[in-house]
Amino acid sequence: MGHTVSEKILARASGETEAKAGEIVKASVDVAMMPDLTTILAVNAMKAMGVEKVWDTDKVVVILDHVAPASTLLAAEVHRDIRLFAKEQNLKYLYDVNSGVCHQVLPEKGHVKPGRLVIGADSHTCTHGAFGAFATGVGSTDMGAILATGKTWLRVPETIKVKVDGRLPDWVAPKDVILYTAGQIGADGATYNALEFTGETIKDMSVSGRMTLCNMAIEMGGKTGIVEPDDKTFDFLKERTDGVYEPVHADDNAVYRSTLNVDAESLEPQIACPHKVDNVKPISEVAGLKINQAFVGSCTNGRLEDLEVAASILQGRRVHEDVRLLVVPASAEVYLQALDSGVIQDLVEAGAMFSNPSCGACFGGHIGLLAPGEVGLTSSNRNFKGRQGSPEALVYLASPAVTAASAVAGEITHPRDL
Amino acid sequence: MMTGMKVSGKAWKFGDDVNTDLIVPGKYLELVDPHEMAKHAMEGIDPDFPNKVREGDVVVGGTNFGCGSSREHAAIALKYVGVGAVVAESFARIFYRNAINLGLPALECPGIDEAVSEGDSLEIDLTGGKVVNATTGKKLDFVPLPGFMVEVLGEGGLVTYIRNHLDEW
Repeated sequence: MGHTVSEKILARASGETEAKAGEIVKASVDVAMMPDLTTILAVNAMKAMGVEKVWDTDKVVVILDHVAPASTLLAAEVHRDIRLFAKEQNLKYLYDVNSGVCHQVLPEKGHVKPGRLVIGADSHTCTHGAFGAFATGVGSTDMGAILATGKTWLRVPETIKVKVDGRLPDWVAPKDVILYTAGQIGADGATYNALEFTGETIKDMSVSGRMTLCNMAIEMGGKTGIVEPDDKTFDFLKERTDGVYEPVHADDNAVYRSTLNVDAESLEPQIACPHKVDNVKPISEVAGLKINQAFVGSCTNGRLEDLEVAASILQGRRVHEDVRLLVVPASAEVYLQALDSGVIQDLVEAGAMFSNPSCGACFGGHIGLLAPGEVGLTSSNRNFKGRQGSPEALVYLASPAVTAASAVAGEITHPRDL
Repeated sequence: MMTGMKVSGKAWKFGDDVNTDLIVPGKYLELVDPHEMAKHAMEGIDPDFPNKVREGDVVVGGTNFGCGSSREHAAIALKYVGVGAVVAESFARIFYRNAINLGLPALECPGIDEAVSEGDSLEIDLTGGKVVNATTGKKLDFVPLPGFMVEVLGEGGLVTYIRNHLDEW
């Protein structure tokens, strides 16, 4: 009987010849990533375990991203304590508040490789499966145990195969594929499962788009999303890593829990409506709904190609007078690319606000909050009640293209109809 | 209250898809003091919950309890506000791990949402695998925890577990 990518990576990481779905393994972690708001809790847990030093100073990566730069005294103290900790421990990798969102910075800086076990103290760690890694999010006590021992226990997940074939129509993006998938599978339909994305559409998809898909595996309860590595992956990693890795592929006779077939050609842009990520409708059913704020950014859709598509729509147009458009690049690298390419000029000339990289606008942090009764359209990943400010606000999820077009029109709009 | 492997208290019901943003909204993630987090437990649904809940009370959820963010603040806030156990139709994965790791029993119990009304008195026998609704007399079995989780819970959570077993890891 063959094995899925998850089974193979977890067998290797736990030193077993084989790992089967349903088994619990004790696995050695290759990369332990912590963002600012969960680090101190993990460090406190490690110390409470009776351990003073992290197990490997080269494998712990800390990224100050959620409240960047600090907007409250408390956040400033958290950042100060993390910097002190990193120094005391002699950690090799601390990316400070000028770096960007952890899930963008981690692969950009070469910490993610195919076949690796990546554990992060943030739920969107599943993003890194886009590079053929097994990557999943945990809480702070689990992370504390990893800092102390370098190991964690994991239940080997069953895998749902999501097979996407056909050419995506104009203005239909990877985000629409994953929103459609979430609508089909449901907000808890993949709990404890891995999602493997395969098919022609995925082969043709950019690394950036694959990250968008894997990023939202957690929104279906998934443990990780995975795309098998190929030349596109290796091109991305070439300049960023030492190039030493063992790509892992699923066996032809691997056992899957189920398969979802998605016909890319028949998709129209998708909208996830309040207050659940799986409350997904084709845009034709939601078009015309007035919005107050639009946000392009986040670990889901804050990469160069996301900003570029938004800029291409906004070029020569104006953001609607009743709408605030906030654009946040996912990292300093994306920020620089956007400067170089003129994207920022186009966006700001059209009336958008451009902010430094951070998670703030996605999770109701320090920027871009919604007032009671307001409607937000966002390219990020969660439309939970209260997620982006008031619990009485409504949050809709869409692709960057739809978000930009709607910012111009003042209402949810298919870019084609501008 | 929680004595040994038993929990008894009043039921507080919250329905399906209770996400961690509702349990502890994002603006409180800068907090590191568990008692401060407890002041905001369930703030997204019922800001008055910390004043009403009593030590050992039981949070009853529907499906997919604790979905969303990995923030351990959610499980910490419930534990430190005095919640003795969370019983739900089903849990999201990360919240489930976080709760057990903190020594807060998270029990998957099909049928619980229908079998319990807000305010009912519940008695939970963790070793016997039963939830008893003392108000109605109804008894339900919860899905047994995996062996490793029983050990972790039995030792009071992952911190003490790792401390006790450090040389085996």
